[in-house]
Amino acid sequence: MSHAIPFTVEARPDTGLNNVKLGIWLFLASEVMLFGALFAGYILLRVGNPEWPMGHTILNVPLATVNTVVLITSSVTMVMSWTSLLRKNLGRFRLYMGVTVGLGFVFLTIKYFEYSAKFHHNLLPSTNTFLAIYFTLTGLHMLHVVGGMVVNAYLLGPGSKMWRTEPQQFTNRVEVAGLFWHFVDLVWIFLFPVLYLL
Amino acid sequence: METHDDASIDKHVRTYLAVFGSLLVLTLLTVWVSTLEHSVAIGVAIALFIATVKAGLVASYFMHLLSERKVIYGVMALTVFFFLAVLLLPVLTAANGIGS
Repeated sequence: MSHAIPFTVEARPDTGLNNVKLGIWLFLASEVMLFGALFAGYILLRVGNPEWPMGHTILNVPLATVNTVVLITSSVTMVMSWTSLLRKNLGRFRLYMGVTVGLGFVFLTIKYFEYSAKFHHNLLPSTNTFLAIYFTLTGLHMLHVVGGMVVNAYLLGPGSKMWRTEPQQFTNRVEVAGLFWHFVDLVWIFLFPVLYLL
Repeated sequence: METHDDASIDKHVRTYLAVFGSLLVLTLLTVWVSTLEHSVAIGVAIALFIATVKAGLVASYFMHLLSERKVIYGVMALTVFFFLAVLLLPVLTAANGIGS
């Protein structure tokens, strides 16, 4: 089926890409700059401070390790939801995407317990520089997790109607949603050792 | 993924599961190494090295970067260049004053 906008689904002959693919990678490039700037801020703050606490003295390493495993697993289930659509299995897609969204909830729940424990002990972003950059980095990351979950829930729910009319376009949407979700996992892969272990 | 027939999908799924296992092992390795006694500089180097390997696995296989088009490599190369600039410019500017 031809679309009003060319290369919505079919690839451009010169680049070999369709619009969604290029669009999501350009967006991820901007996200790299966003988190990169904050990481640079973290480095500057850390080396510029005469004293800097080791992350594990303030933060909960076991909980964060569990969260790391949760996000890595959700990346696997996300890619499996996409391969389910390649195999034309909508039921399997729903299962894997449901698990992906569910694991996102697990991540958020663990973060809720982490944050509320900090606040309960009066450890706030305003308490010291370490906590300020910790809450900024993990808070922004958490917002990205929520955003990704909203998109995934849409694709699982009302968005999946597109499977009946435009299966290829829907499959591509799931693929690029996966690319964003993997990026969110990637940021956490760096956040976890930098903040919690060092 | 160029071909989407069942056999090639099965092969890719096996790859994804292998990457998953590697990521779990590397996560546990990161935590274990952090418990050993070493200087902060060594700790940072090891932790970031393992994190880069993990990130590389996610990018190459889950995000299909290994089999992507040249245009995407171009976008990524540009991003890496500017990311390094954003990372290094402030740090190098202040480097002379650090510790004084």
